[in-house]
Amino acid sequence: MEVFDIFLLEAVLNGILLGGLLALLSLGLNLIFGVIDVVWICYAELIMIGMYTVYMLHVQLGWPLLAAMAAGIGVVAVLGALLHQFIIRPVLAAEPINQLLVTGGVLFFLQAAATLAFGIEFRNLGVRMSPVAIGEMSFSAPRIIAFAVAVAGVVATYLFLTRTYVGTAIRAISQDRQIMPLMGADPDRLFVITSAIGGALAGLAACLLVLQYDIHPAIGLSFGPITFLICVLGGLGNLGGGLVAAFVFAQFISVGGFFFHIEWGYVIAFVFFIAVMFWRPQGILGGK
Amino acid sequence: MLALENVSARYGSFQALFDVSLEVNAGESVAVIGPNGAGKTTLLRAISKLVAVSGAISMNGRALADVPAHEVIAHGISHVPENRRLFPRLTVEENLKMGAFLPQSRGRFAERLEFVYSLFPRMRERRAQLAGTLSGGEQQMCAIGRALMSGPKLLLLDEPSAGLAPVVVQSIFELVKRICREGYTVLIVEQNVRQVLQVVNRAYLLETGRIKSSGTAAELLASSSIRKAYLGI
Repeated sequence: MEVFDIFLLEAVLNGILLGGLLALLSLGLNLIFGVIDVVWICYAELIMIGMYTVYMLHVQLGWPLLAAMAAGIGVVAVLGALLHQFIIRPVLAAEPINQLLVTGGVLFFLQAAATLAFGIEFRNLGVRMSPVAIGEMSFSAPRIIAFAVAVAGVVATYLFLTRTYVGTAIRAISQDRQIMPLMGADPDRLFVITSAIGGALAGLAACLLVLQYDIHPAIGLSFGPITFLICVLGGLGNLGGGLVAAFVFAQFISVGGFFFHIEWGYVIAFVFFIAVMFWRPQGILGGK
Repeated sequence: MLALENVSARYGSFQALFDVSLEVNAGESVAVIGPNGAGKTTLLRAISKLVAVSGAISMNGRALADVPAHEVIAHGISHVPENRRLFPRLTVEENLKMGAFLPQSRGRFAERLEFVYSLFPRMRERRAQLAGTLSGGEQQMCAIGRALMSGPKLLLLDEPSAGLAPVVVQSIFELVKRICREGYTVLIVEQNVRQVLQVVNRAYLLETGRIKSSGTAAELLASSSIRKAYLGI
């Protein structure tokens, strides 16, 4: 019984570590939807580009890892701003289905471009870190780093949105787009800034994922859907709801995986998701 | 201060304003009165460039033709929109902060916030409350306060009494009077003809998008056609 409990505790703690990362993953997508009202279906592919950027700069060009990561965040932030300016902005007033289709098109474009540029082989940074042991429990070091950095990223985003003029204006424009010009704020500019922040968050997530996973052109498919589901689970556009949903979802994966098998963890998590959609289609904390 | 010359505005095929000309001088309070659907809101939206217009609008002699909507406020024009349009899930103080969004206003945020709180002590009490939870009268105070945060020369007020209980309407007009006494130039659009004419210096009557008459508040109050149509006397 002793041993059983300690491994359950390990699973719960691992779930919290995973929750932090999922929270960061969903934050950017959620922010974009909450403010601009467009779902970036290609969000995970932006993360994939970020991972390749870090890989290329660090492994191929020999940049120090932290410099490569900073550049990766910058590249994806710029990509986010460009995505808004050239792809989203022309369809801002269009039907939601058209907006989904254009970002879906970008998804396939980025996948194909990555395949052309980097080939289909799996690549990794080759960074090896020994696990961290606490008593009888052991935790993967990249996961602990990912959790700490993800939490820092979420807190920084929160402070930006609540303490600065531009951050407050981003929350304001999500509530009333039409009168924002009366405040002296240019909505187009706020949208580009929001998109760049969403991109930067995707870039930060890329830096954390690249420490744990191999990179290949289709890697977006392994966490794109889960990111989207977490946003929906929390109530699309509801940032607080997204955070709660990320931690709940991570516990289902981690603890569910502990009781059955790691793949079953995902099955249980998705069953939970479907159940919630029947019970509260607007999401756990969704209002509308 | 503000001059409109032959201003027309349309929404698609529907023309809302026909060759409207009017003037607001510094220190004055001017009302545009008229029935529902006369184009009063469109008139203010035209000045703020929220709708496309033809004709000339100028502020202190500077043409606003090429000024985009988000730069109008930098010319000293602050607009309290119809239905107040506060950001419901921001606090009162965050709403006021949005009124000071212009870079040149941010440095004077603390000073103007103090001024708005001294004008509306109720807003100080409610400063951490979400604006969406305020009563109608409080929301109007917050909306006017937000508009004052940019230190405007001209305040555009769109139906400040709309949707409020009669007793609150009275206090809103007291408020408008106080704003005028503070030295702001005010252009106010109202359906509440009797009360607004007791507050302003001059007024224009707008009907189906055209200025039908104008004069001092006293003249319009005395005019038999206005008394019949709008005051029910």
